[in-house]
Amino acid sequence: MKYIDHHAHMVSRTTDDYQQMALSGCVAVTEPAFWAGWDRSHADGFEDYFRQLTDFEPKRAAQYHIQHYAWMAMNPKEADDRPLSREVLARIPKFLDRPTVLGIGEIGLNRVTRNEIETYTEQVELARAHHQLILIHTPHLEDKLKGTRISVDVLRTFPALDPARVLVDHAEEHTLAMILDHGYWAGLTLYPQTKVSAQRAADIVERFGPERICIAGACDWGPSDALAVPRFIMEMRRRRHPESLIHQLVFENPVRFLSQCERFKIRPELEREAVGSR
Amino acid sequence: MDGTTLPSAKQPSPLTAKELIDEYFIENRTRLLEIAAFLDRLDRVDASSAGRDFRMKAFREALAALAGGGGRLDRIQLILSDPRETPLDALDRKSALGAYDRWSGSSTGGRS
Repeated sequence: MKYIDHHAHMVSRTTDDYQQMALSGCVAVTEPAFWAGWDRSHADGFEDYFRQLTDFEPKRAAQYHIQHYAWMAMNPKEADDRPLSREVLARIPKFLDRPTVLGIGEIGLNRVTRNEIETYTEQVELARAHHQLILIHTPHLEDKLKGTRISVDVLRTFPALDPARVLVDHAEEHTLAMILDHGYWAGLTLYPQTKVSAQRAADIVERFGPERICIAGACDWGPSDALAVPRFIMEMRRRRHPESLIHQLVFENPVRFLSQCERFKIRPELEREAVGSR
Repeated sequence: MDGTTLPSAKQPSPLTAKELIDEYFIENRTRLLEIAAFLDRLDRVDASSAGRDFRMKAFREALAALAGGGGRLDRIQLILSDPRETPLDALDRKSALGAYDRWSGSSTGGRS
């Protein structure tokens, strides 16, 4: 089945992963700017990383006929450093016109500090000012509930921001309703330990339905799985859910959200025509 | 919120209860034994350690919730979550630990 992984840190993955993803049906990935596992010492390091995301990675993905898109941001893990964050944010606008950049992300909170909230709020404002889509990271484990509440509270201080242009990622059972009820998109990211499993993601779909929910692997440099989305597809089939429901979750929904940016080349109307001509 | 806000969107499992048990019993039996083995392993090393570590205190509460009725997962998520609504004044560490220390009153979650 054709699918889109809206959250994949491909700079941390081998080309073998691209090949396996292509073989399993992946047609596009979107890569949020992320923490490297260690703190960068200068804003120049971020600028090189943004160049890697927008110049090099799309070419690597194209070798396997996968479209690669990116999101620009100061990631939450380093966002507590206010002076560095200000420097990085000042360098982001020049990347927003790159042909594969979809918006601002992943922004949000890590340990939910006052500094992180300030950096996050500034990035929401940056997205609003440049009319960008937003991809939000929510914190892990015991910090998720508090961090998601505060992230949503900050978004609501921007009344002009269209909730349909915001995806709140790493949602779990105890945070999904607050995301959907405010009109935002929600992402379920499939991780071996610290987020949701394919089985729990399928449970969530059974409880909440498929509307405004996208599925991603969020694969990175840590324990994670580049083929997490195909494993979710297998889990849904194991439960005998219809192919139409699975297709909506792994392809149609991400297309609906991402195609709000004109740079995203997979268009809902083109997909409908392609299906009609088969 | 408990997910009941979008009732029309629910997608009930196409499998019957019998089919769910047939399909998922063995792997969940394995998970049950893994938890039992973990607790026995802790006891062999230091039987009192589970009573001192805030993560294991939360774990014990979660096990009690597991033995209750429906809504187990949501209850366990809340047991393991930081219930506060105020941000930290300063960054204490990069990573979360998996449970909130409700017993020490510390914002950083001490290890015993």
